[in-house]
Amino acid sequence: MLNVLAQTGAGEMLEGLKAIGAGLGYGLAAIGPGIGIGTVVGNAISSMARQPESAGMVRTTMFLGIAFTEALALIGFVVFILLLP
Amino acid sequence: MNVLALEFPPVNHLFDWPSIAFEGTPFALNKVGLTYLFAMVATMAIFSLAGARRGRLVPAGVQHVAESGINFVEESVVMQTIGPDGKKFMPFLTTMFFFILFSNITEVIPGWQFPANSRMAMPITLALLVWVIYNFQGVKHQGAFGYLKNSLFPPGVPVFLYIIVTPIELVSTFVVRPFSLAIRLWANMVAGHLLLVTFAVLSAALWDSFAPAAALPFVMLILMTGFEILVSFLQAFIFTILTAVYIGGSMHPEH
Repeated sequence: MLNVLAQTGAGEMLEGLKAIGAGLGYGLAAIGPGIGIGTVVGNAISSMARQPESAGMVRTTMFLGIAFTEALALIGFVVFILLLP
Repeated sequence: MNVLALEFPPVNHLFDWPSIAFEGTPFALNKVGLTYLFAMVATMAIFSLAGARRGRLVPAGVQHVAESGINFVEESVVMQTIGPDGKKFMPFLTTMFFFILFSNITEVIPGWQFPANSRMAMPITLALLVWVIYNFQGVKHQGAFGYLKNSLFPPGVPVFLYIIVTPIELVSTFVVRPFSLAIRLWANMVAGHLLLVTFAVLSAALWDSFAPAAALPFVMLILMTGFEILVSFLQAFIFTILTAVYIGGSMHPEH
């Protein structure tokens, strides 16, 4: 393992680190929005179950909340695309 | 090493298309441009065909598509966000909804399979158009001073918090909004296209080396195609509803 590492040049090492950074970056960026979207949808479902007549309004607001939360994950995805070697 | 699908095409190859006509002129046309032409023609065709014929009491065919689209935008976008006086934005919002839907849905049309909105040009153009419209509506309905005051100093906030709130509102209302609107549509389409390409490349590579193993990625490809139909519809809807929310926010400030 160490022999292999020693044989690779600095350039390849940099490429590999870039790839690891890109992958980790997207993974980290997805954690927060994942929890956030879960909270938004979960609360929307429980309020729809409590008051089915307001389901239409709740659904519209839920999509808005998802859209705003999801933006963070998407920015992480854009950074991932930009960092790809 | 075909099994590992290491021959995944570079990302640029999936989104860059050579021009096929009028090369070298400003009117050069490639697959992206063709898709937008299709989306434009399809949107215009639906509404002009539905309008040209005498409306039937029980709508069918193209009239049904046009009427249910208008009804959908009116009930779940305009009435929910702007209110009854937002009906003058119905033509704009409906056209935009159908245009984005048609340029997204090419993602799953067999043989074409390219979402035109995975290139940044059109999403950012639409988002800047929306930016101009909601700022114009804000100035028109509240006056330039009132609009700035309501958007930079939201009422109901303790005075000392304005030190934090005002810069955040300045950046988020006038800078981040159009970009987040454009990036949301663009990145969703890029992600969807990459997802479909990944499973397609994987099934092709496995088919070459060990055919039965190709079944799993192929099933995933079919499932993801269904999911992408939902996503392209949802992104058109979200773009339209956020536009309506921004316009509504400029027309009716919080008191």
